[in-house]
Amino acid sequence: MNKVLGLKCKECGEAYEAGGSHVCDLCFGPLEVALDYDYIKSIISREKIEGGPISLWRYVDLLPVDSGWDPNVRVGFTPLQHAPRLGAAIGLKNLYVKNDSVNPTYSFKDRPVAIAVTKARELGYTVFACASTGNLASAVAAAGMKAGLETYVFLPADVEAGKITNAAVYGANLIAVNGTYDQLNRLCSEISDEEDWAFCNINVRPYYAEGSKTLAYETVEQLGWLAPDHVVVPIASGALYTKIAQGFREMVDVGLISNQSVRISGAQAEGCGPVAAAFAAGEQSFEPVRQPDTIAKSLAIGNPADGNYSLAVARQTNGVIESVTDAETVEGIKLLARTEGIFTEAAGGVTIATLRKLAQSGDIGVDELTVAYVTGNGLKTQEAVDGHVSVSVTIDPTMGSFEDAMDSRQQADMVWSAPQVTTG
Amino acid sequence: MPTIRIPSQLRNLVDGQRKMEVSGSTIRAILDELDAKHPGIKNRVLDENGEPSAFVGVYIGGEDIRFLGGLDAEVPEGTEVSIVPAAAGG
Repeated sequence: MNKVLGLKCKECGEAYEAGGSHVCDLCFGPLEVALDYDYIKSIISREKIEGGPISLWRYVDLLPVDSGWDPNVRVGFTPLQHAPRLGAAIGLKNLYVKNDSVNPTYSFKDRPVAIAVTKARELGYTVFACASTGNLASAVAAAGMKAGLETYVFLPADVEAGKITNAAVYGANLIAVNGTYDQLNRLCSEISDEEDWAFCNINVRPYYAEGSKTLAYETVEQLGWLAPDHVVVPIASGALYTKIAQGFREMVDVGLISNQSVRISGAQAEGCGPVAAAFAAGEQSFEPVRQPDTIAKSLAIGNPADGNYSLAVARQTNGVIESVTDAETVEGIKLLARTEGIFTEAAGGVTIATLRKLAQSGDIGVDELTVAYVTGNGLKTQEAVDGHVSVSVTIDPTMGSFEDAMDSRQQADMVWSAPQVTTG
Repeated sequence: MPTIRIPSQLRNLVDGQRKMEVSGSTIRAILDELDAKHPGIKNRVLDENGEPSAFVGVYIGGEDIRFLGGLDAEVPEGTEVSIVPAAAGG
């Protein structure tokens, strides 16, 4: 028996063999992996998963590859951290943060790339590639080079310096493109039509996207085999958002939990919020954004491939898709750091700021068991908080200088670095 | 004359050609012209309302025609039009 039935068009249902293809030949609809849930149900169990590797490979029965190519690379099974201080600051009593910024290359992108690189090898590709907004670049560079594949990474020339360094260090071919992410994504689609490469988010995208489901599986397992009531997920292309929804459904389909009714809410930046705008307007489809303008560059996709599917997921699950300003994003970064000790990148700031907005509007109930997905590390986008955080005071290396500083602090009733939780 | 790049999903309709010269001066005219020579192309690129399918991007010199006036966007001499599946990225 094989757990993978093949690929299937999400629009017209046409079936295809499980090869390196992402688009339906008949209708241009996206292809997705078709899994045999009855078969998977017969081989999977909580005990089997709990006895598996401390990584996303513990869920290999639900993933479209035979096995992880290198179990020594620990991708996934990141902490689900109870977040009572953040919860208190924003008025939620049962809040958790899934800290996915501690993967091997410091973002959730290591998950889909783990599946994509494994599948690329299974399919016999020798070149691995991607179109990235920044985080995917380092994930693909690291995995591709470790797997011994010739690796090409395309990213916008204006991404944060930390994202360039984090991708360049692995020695892959790093190609900076003068243009928006959407322009380079279109370029890469055209390249993938001419070159026999495994472009992880183009021709092997059906497999790649499956990796993001593991964020839902882990959440359920780490909550003690319980689905949360509400989750908040950042939306760039919408692939993460829709795959997390699929992951929760699959846990029921294969009998790991008996039911779930997770409300899936989405977070976008106001300067590139095509899905949030369409949600607010009650539309079924989004209008693309030509020139994204946000500090959350990893969410700066103006033409999100899964944008319309994300709208459908939000409505089906009674979720909300909301957007926040850059200023709110910076506050979100600081709030998470100061309450829970996690320094997230700008996209995480968008997620936390959206979480706060939805808590304050009542869209998230005070008692709902809520999980916010923090998907990238703050050290990658330090520019986002430049000018917003600094040293409290600079002193000379003498006790006198220290005591003067402490005195002036008391006199001025200053608070230097105590947690300043903004709740307003 | 403008040229048009044909994605692999449509090449079976145009005898395997990857790139073709066309004479139309708008996307609408170019699609009509292609469809006259290679029937079926228009139906694959446009939806039931005659608008570009949500699953296909049409570009003039790399710019999405949704920002240029849609099917009536002008195609200057010597530019390259491309038809690209939308299900990519992220």
